[in-house]
Amino acid sequence: MTKIFETPIYPFVRHADHDAPAPARHKVLVVGAGPVGLAAAIDLAQQGIEVVVLDENDKVSFGSRAICFAKRPLEILDRLGCAQAMVEKGELWNVGKVFFKDRQVYEFNLLPEKGHRRPAFINLQQYYFEKHLVDRIQELQDQGAEIEIRGRNKVSAVGTHDDHVTLEIDTPEGSYNLEGDWVIACDGANSPMRAMLGKDFVGRVFEDNFLIADVVMEAEFPSERWFWFDPPFNPGQSALLHKQPDGVWRIDLQLGWDIDKEREKRPENVIPRLKQMLGEDVEFELEWVSIYTFQCRRMEKFRHGRVIFAGDAAHQVSPFGARGANSGIQDIDNLGWKLKLVLDGKAPESLLDSYDIERIHGADENILNSSRSTDFITPKSEMSRILRDAVLDLAETHEFARPLVNSGRLSVPCTYDDSPLNSADALDGPERTRPGAPCPDAPLGDGFLLDQLGHRFTLLTFNADAPDEITEDGVTVTRLALSDADDPTRALRQRYLGKCKSAVYLIRPDQHVAARRPTWDEHQFRAAIRRATGKE
Amino acid sequence: MSDRSLILTANIAEADDFYADLLDAHDGLTKPESDALNARLLLILANQIGDREILTQAIKAAKPHGKPHD
Ligand SMILES: Cc1cc2nc3c(=O)[nH]c(=O)nc-3n(C[C@H](O)[C@H](O)[C@H](O)COP(=O)(O)OP(=O)(O)OC[C@H]3O[C@@H](n4cnc5c(N)ncnc54)[C@H](O)[C@@H]3O)c2cc1C
Repeated sequence: MTKIFETPIYPFVRHADHDAPAPARHKVLVVGAGPVGLAAAIDLAQQGIEVVVLDENDKVSFGSRAICFAKRPLEILDRLGCAQAMVEKGELWNVGKVFFKDRQVYEFNLLPEKGHRRPAFINLQQYYFEKHLVDRIQELQDQGAEIEIRGRNKVSAVGTHDDHVTLEIDTPEGSYNLEGDWVIACDGANSPMRAMLGKDFVGRVFEDNFLIADVVMEAEFPSERWFWFDPPFNPGQSALLHKQPDGVWRIDLQLGWDIDKEREKRPENVIPRLKQMLGEDVEFELEWVSIYTFQCRRMEKFRHGRVIFAGDAAHQVSPFGARGANSGIQDIDNLGWKLKLVLDGKAPESLLDSYDIERIHGADENILNSSRSTDFITPKSEMSRILRDAVLDLAETHEFARPLVNSGRLSVPCTYDDSPLNSADALDGPERTRPGAPCPDAPLGDGFLLDQLGHRFTLLTFNADAPDEITEDGVTVTRLALSDADDPTRALRQRYLGKCKSAVYLIRPDQHVAARRPTWDEHQFRAAIRRATGKE
Repeated sequence: MSDRSLILTANIAEADDFYADLLDAHDGLTKPESDALNARLLLILANQIGDREILTQAIKAAKPHGKPHD
């Protein structure tokens, strides 16, 4: 059977631009059709911005890579019109179990809180994830949006100018040049764009190898994340088991540093290891095997004039915590609306510098978390192993040690504390909805609050008066008026009001809080809108 | 100066008994077993203290004198 990742889904077609006498100019060129580039293109096209995606390939991600997609990216993908299909296809899970040697020491539930549309995580093969994004692009094209993917269009040179970027593109039928007002570089961890611009990518290499095997089996394991420290079937190392759609299971086995990769990958060496783990009599079929190593690093700056880096091209983390693709989708969420305002002349170009500030803050948080997980999973010294084992031993009987167990701090969105776009917090409200925070979901009517937020600036009022619409220097803000009557579950009150009687929130198009106050104050909110659009 | 500060004056009643208990706990253990015991004890005591400020001061006080980064 041909696998989905072996089938060209955006095959090369010679474009008229190829034969144009002068390089054609586009609004935005996206380099790379991975999860991040595809999401970027959808976000821009939905806002009416003309966009062309260039990829050296013509298929979805080859083989098996990301599988865990977190709640916040799913909420963003709801905004991009493709989360529902993903969630329907994906495996839902909330429970994680941690084993040490031959026994379970700890179990956690990622989303004990009710009243959210999306679960803490779904597992979905990256090739399906990308396929759903490509389907969405097709749908937008059918609706007349100016969005296209050009397969087997490899960017081979880049020229930067004050007001545009030139790309040279190699195709099976020779090269041609294109110009873009803006370029978003989403060309992955080895980013040729980054290399061609001579930019740095510094960080830490972890001396370890992990074998990932995707196996198809009829098994009774539940849809949970199981993590083993030092299990009998992989002594001194770790292991991870995850369920994916189609009866596929992901197994991660830590191998250590001094290994012969080619040897370890051979089925005759992989199968006995897996039998030891799964049991001698479990029938399974190997679908995919690869070995990866990892690094935690980022660019010093993500924006370089009119070239903006996003996803793995800008930052790379270890897979523990599933923070790779998940954080790349959050980059796009942050960038899309800012680029739209700049292209429309409604915000200064410097608004894009806040993308740098906010997403570098996010990348640093992800790198810190995933480095710490790696240090726990792979202790660097004899004493760090002794301490690690002591934590695991104690965790089995004493609750206090469980928060110290670190098998991956799973991806959660960051709050843009100290962002220049935030206004000072003027509400004595809940911590979790302070300026910079992503809005937590809550039930609303037949649906959810987040359905009503995003794409534009919103004035969210609870038990408070405010105009239905205001425009400040070209930026229009519309009101969403809610009261206790809309909140039978009291989730809105708990998440947005706390002890306060009323509240007015200014919410950004990416569903992050920009400002909040107990009541409407025209002067203050106009200033907040200016600040949130880079004008103060 | 923080109002929460590490106690570095004598604070254990019947210090000799405590010290003897500590040694007894290690009696007959191999080096790896003793190391593991120490690590568990350290974590239990740290949890008892809880206060991050005091824990930071304690880590600092435990570092060898004259070593960098203390
Ligand atoms: C084993 C493993 C497990 C992982 N698990 C998870 C997980 O559970 N959850 C998670 O969120 N993340 C996970 N990740 C990370 C995730 O796979 C990456 O973060 C994600 O793929 C990054 O997406 P991207 O679009 O930035 O880059 P990529 O997916 O690398 O895409 C880059 C694209 O750019 C194209 N390209 C490259 N050079 C050029 C060029 N010169 N011209 C044109 N196109 C070009 C490539 O063809 C490719 O399509 C995992 C990674 C690995 C290896």
